[in-house]
Amino acid sequence: MANPARRDRWTDEEVDQLLGNLLRFGVIIATILAAAGGVLYLARHGLEPTDYHVFRGEPAELRRVGGIVRGAFELNAVAVIQLGLLLLIATPIARVAMSLVAFILQRDRVYIVVTSIVLALLIFSLTGGVPG
Amino acid sequence: MSALLFTLLAAGGSFSAGLLGALTGLGGGIVIVPMLTLFFGVDLRYAIGASLVSVIATSSGAAAAYVKEGYTNVRVGMLLEIATTIGALGGAYLAGRIGTNAIAVIFGVVLLYSAWRSTKPLAEHVSTEHAHPLANTLRLNSTYPTPNGLQPYAVQAVPAGFGLMFLAGILSGLLGIGSGALKVLAMDQMMHLPFKVSTTTSNFMIGVTAAASAGIYLARGYINPSLALPVMLGVLAGALTGARVLAGANTKMLRRIFGVVVVVLALEMLYRGVRGGL
Repeated sequence: MANPARRDRWTDEEVDQLLGNLLRFGVIIATILAAAGGVLYLARHGLEPTDYHVFRGEPAELRRVGGIVRGAFELNAVAVIQLGLLLLIATPIARVAMSLVAFILQRDRVYIVVTSIVLALLIFSLTGGVPG
Repeated sequence: MSALLFTLLAAGGSFSAGLLGALTGLGGGIVIVPMLTLFFGVDLRYAIGASLVSVIATSSGAAAAYVKEGYTNVRVGMLLEIATTIGALGGAYLAGRIGTNAIAVIFGVVLLYSAWRSTKPLAEHVSTEHAHPLANTLRLNSTYPTPNGLQPYAVQAVPAGFGLMFLAGILSGLLGIGSGALKVLAMDQMMHLPFKVSTTTSNFMIGVTAAASAGIYLARGYINPSLALPVMLGVLAGALTGARVLAGANTKMLRRIFGVVVVVLALEMLYRGVRGGL
């Protein structure tokens, strides 16, 4: 499919297939990672009491991409879970990015603009563009 | 309650919600928040964060199967996503500004609407001509596979559908739900897409819409990993199981039972919201 000579002949069906695989792959990787973090969390804190009744807000390092990645590399259990959840959130965003690439390859100007707007809004949200 | 016990109970409850949601076609997302707040005593904000993550998981998980069937209208989906993502950003922004009691009341109303909606079967309207002028300009008209080969359809009422999608986005961002019912309503009833196209396209959009508000929820600390994980895994497993057994199930009875559950949850959310203390 990556043959450059055939690029502009990409059909909508081929693009759909690719997107379907991307989504499946993203969900599988994200759930495995988050579940591994969950096992680690329960092994360490399984017998401690939980309380989600009072809203405290997650600590700052679990709210930003940088902090989550750093914590996950230190094998902080909740950070590993959060990284999995972050990947899950990123899956539909990756799908929009792939659609943009497909529209560019199909030279579909109107939808290059439409998809760019959607992608920009998603990135704006994930990078904390809206005041909390 | 120990973390282990809580995790198991939350995963079990979420599995049932995902299973019933898939079997009845109502979606499991709408009952996750009431279940967590009313039965598990979880703060509304954490519940909404966990629900939103599970909405993304089920949407992406189901879409992986759907897109292969070739029903999704990516152009319609992408165009309407401009409306749903702007709406979702607005909804998530509002969620931090208005109190949890007001959110609980809005939630109750949306639950009641969903239960009422599910009792009225919708008629499929597929037009083959007289597309809205914008549908022609934006090349939204397409074809879908039927037993008699590919059938073309013409898309109607583009501006009205776009407007309703904006509202669907706001509710999704405010309540942490997929707003699938509203999306399907806009696409089948207003824009006259065939059912199979509207269902799969709506599913495609739900994940993207939820991802737009999830970024804000994450930054605000609403997404609690140890809570969101069992909820997400439970709903996802339930929804995938539901999709597998759908063919042989008697959904009419299930829809009624689930409808009653939704109404009870709605009244309880309304009561708690009005009384205060959520």
